[in-house]
Amino acid sequence: MLEATGIRVTLGWREILRGIDLFARPGEVTAIVGPNGSGKTTLLRALTGEVDHDGQIRLNGQDVDRLRPWQLAAMRAVLPQATALAFPFTVLEVVRLGLAAGLGAARADLPGKALRRVGLPGFEGRLYQQLSGGEKQRVHLARVLVQIWEPVAHGAPRWMFLDEPVSSLDIGHQLQVMQVARDFARAGGGVIAVMHDLNLTAMFASSVALMEQGLITGFGSPDDVLTDAALSRAYDCRLRTNHAPVTGRWILPQGAEAGLS
Amino acid sequence: MSLLEQVRQPRRRGRAAVEAIAGDRTDRARLLTAALCAALVLVALASLGWGAADDTRALPALLSRFGLAEAELRDRVIVWGVRMPRMVLGVLVGAALAVTGAVMQGLFRNPLADPGLVGVSAGAGLGAVSGIVLAGALPALLTGWLGLWLVPAAAFAGGWTSTLLLYAIATRQGRTSVATMLLAGIALAALTGALTGIIVYRATDQQLRDLTFWGMGSLAGANWSRVMLAAPLILAALAAAPFLARALNALALGEAAAAHLGVPVQRMKTIAILTVAAAVGASVSVTGGIGFIGIVVPHLLRLMQGPDHRYLLPNAALLGALLLLLADGIARTVIAPAELPIGIVTATLGGPFFMWILLRNRAVMDL
Ligand SMILES: Nc1ncnc2c1ncn2[C@@H]1O[C@H](COP(=O)(O)OP(=O)(O)OP(=O)(O)O)[C@@H](O)[C@H]1O
Ligand SMILES: [Mg+2]
Repeated sequence: MLEATGIRVTLGWREILRGIDLFARPGEVTAIVGPNGSGKTTLLRALTGEVDHDGQIRLNGQDVDRLRPWQLAAMRAVLPQATALAFPFTVLEVVRLGLAAGLGAARADLPGKALRRVGLPGFEGRLYQQLSGGEKQRVHLARVLVQIWEPVAHGAPRWMFLDEPVSSLDIGHQLQVMQVARDFARAGGGVIAVMHDLNLTAMFASSVALMEQGLITGFGSPDDVLTDAALSRAYDCRLRTNHAPVTGRWILPQGAEAGLS
Repeated sequence: MSLLEQVRQPRRRGRAAVEAIAGDRTDRARLLTAALCAALVLVALASLGWGAADDTRALPALLSRFGLAEAELRDRVIVWGVRMPRMVLGVLVGAALAVTGAVMQGLFRNPLADPGLVGVSAGAGLGAVSGIVLAGALPALLTGWLGLWLVPAAAFAGGWTSTLLLYAIATRQGRTSVATMLLAGIALAALTGALTGIIVYRATDQQLRDLTFWGMGSLAGANWSRVMLAAPLILAALAAAPFLARALNALALGEAAAAHLGVPVQRMKTIAILTVAAAVGASVSVTGGIGFIGIVVPHLLRLMQGPDHRYLLPNAALLGALLLLLADGIARTVIAPAELPIGIVTATLGGPFFMWILLRNRAVMDL
């Protein structure tokens, strides 16, 4: 269980998060959606202990602020929105950084497995800095995967915090990565993912939190939260859910004048 | 294909032999460790024969200590009392400079961070110079024991203060700005240089003689008491370095990501800064400023074996010691029987070498 209550974050005089309660269950993908600057990344950074915050965050019943860094690292992994890497590491060496943090270096087979899971088989020997943007993003996901390879460890679920995990991926790899996240959840782990793609969110998330200006204005199942009215208000444009005969829900902007609400 | 690419991607056959798993450069690094160990032992022994005295007599003089050969007293003194401490000091200081270079580059996530370039050595120099002048002002009673330790301690304090200042100025919200770091380093070096100048200006003639070798860096003054003075701090720093390796690897992803990987970032930064200050302070206090070892050695090794600090740090110690001994060999033979300050040798060789690296790899300089 992830239980966050009364989260407030102030950065440089501005209150970015203005009192947030968020609950997430293991076994589910919980998505956080909302417009640019609404505070999604800041919320994720608060949840992972990266920024100072008021309020309490409990992960599997333990106060996150009281845990040592390595205890937390064994319990959850984090995929940041943007990552820079100093020095010319190979892909294998980057993925191994996660291995050392989680299970220990004993499982030498994991990096290869994780790279195959994210669609990068045989990339071990490539230099990270020479990869494309989408390849880099998936290397980091592989690093996150090896850190918490078993979704449940010693009877407790492990957690994956993903900030826009598919932002620079093509449609095939978007689906592949979301499936990896859902498989992790179905095997008993917890996934918190910041998302921009509402359709992927509707397809893969069990619960959705809609954020606007530092507050959560809607929380529940995708059907309850991703309504035409709520989305059009939050994103300040006219959005409408259609129903495609084969794939079901499909959220689309309305016409060329969609931006003029 | 540029040389860089050849080094990184050796021909298929060579790679298959060295790299059991693709992307795994561990075996390559281990091979290099073995080769560097062997080379260091050879060069260290050979260095006992370099110098103004006839070198065929060095071996008997070396062995005479163990009763294995006969040698004149004069040769024994030259080998055991002069060249041996010089060799040991060279190994210690070379290792210290290269390892602190690598640690600082890891800490700042930048291959240009070098104690010599960004003003840490200048800070240590200021400390040392203050120490020398202060020791002269102390009552004679104190200068004996305390005076001996005052200089390294002051150099340590100077190096520590400037590293801390530099990190504080260059780091905002967990991100270290390269431009800010280099600029702050230049400002810091200028300031400490000016303060050093003021102190030197106020020094007596005797103190001035003590101070001259700071500017250029030299192993010429090596003796066993200097070795004993520098060894504890340098060895402590070298012993601490392996514990930093994992954390420095994680830090390549940035401070936040390193924390998510379980690294106690703040504590690790403190240890890294203390390590750098101890090793640079001790080196500068016994040999003055010797440039470029700290920047060239880690750079070469990253090209040959990759940036994994678990292997980079030990191999940097070996290669740093090796290069400094070789530079010292040049320093004391090229204008024999006189000798050059070693700092001049490392700068004349290291400067162009570094420029060559920069020119050669303009496209991939974001190492
Ligand atoms: N370090 C900071 N100092 C001051 N303000 C900040 C800081 N970081 C973020 N902000 C502000 O906080 C607000 C929320 O930022 P955040 O990064 O959480 O948005 P987001 O919802 O993740 O947006 P995006 O969809 O663009 O990623 C923004 O207005 C941003 O300008
Ligand atoms: Mg964001």
